[in-house]
Amino acid sequence: MKKPKNEVKITFHSRSVNERLARSIVAAFAAQADPSVSVLADLRTAVSEAVTNAIVHAYPDEMGKITMTLKLYDDGRLTVKIADRGCGIPDVAEAMTPLFTTGGEERSGLGFSVMESFCDKVKVRSKVGKGTAVTLYKTLTEKGGESR
Amino acid sequence: MTVKIEEADKTLTAFLSGEIDHHTAKPAREQIDYAIERGGADVLRLDFAEVSFMDSSGVGLVMGRYRLMQSRGGQTFVQNATPPVMRMLKLAGLDRLPIWEKEEKKK
Repeated sequence: MKKPKNEVKITFHSRSVNERLARSIVAAFAAQADPSVSVLADLRTAVSEAVTNAIVHAYPDEMGKITMTLKLYDDGRLTVKIADRGCGIPDVAEAMTPLFTTGGEERSGLGFSVMESFCDKVKVRSKVGKGTAVTLYKTLTEKGGESR
Repeated sequence: MTVKIEEADKTLTAFLSGEIDHHTAKPAREQIDYAIERGGADVLRLDFAEVSFMDSSGVGLVMGRYRLMQSRGGQTFVQNATPPVMRMLKLAGLDRLPIWEKEEKKK
């Protein structure tokens, strides 16, 4: 992968109020590539799922830090990496199974399914006791939009 | 997000507006559940007309209320689902639940 033409990195506390903040930052960053309204909506939803997972599951009993790294490439591709230093996922394949949840009755277990259907690709790396990094890949515009 | 609740003829309608995520779903469901427990409504209507964003937390919100109403012998209906809301509910398979009135499901 070539070098990104723009990059932003932000770290925030694992407070649920930051779910909206993360969505807004991603939308504002992606806007420079002039994506369609529906592409932007998909991206906001996928990011919301990934950040919620980190808040709910990575740090169940404590406050931790979540780092979001956004990279935009010349050809219109965007990557969003959401990384935590929380408890980690013992079995990533199981965690990514639709409807699997450890979050109780009000969690649908659809987070990863939503990320996968709203993005081009989702990559998950996790180590128990070390943390998890979820990377979302999304093409914003086929031409790459205008360079600004 | 905000929830406005109206009750008439044993029907409780919750008008949801704004962004539904994990952060906002909790107070919303508490407000709706309180109204269900307090009143004697047979029918719950969840109105999504003014919802601008919804992630999978909204699926939990619908499912949880559906189960609660079912346990009380009542019914739940989803109304005015916008395209992004509908897409999320369909992804979760909620289009197969009896929560739609005929004209809604065709959207």
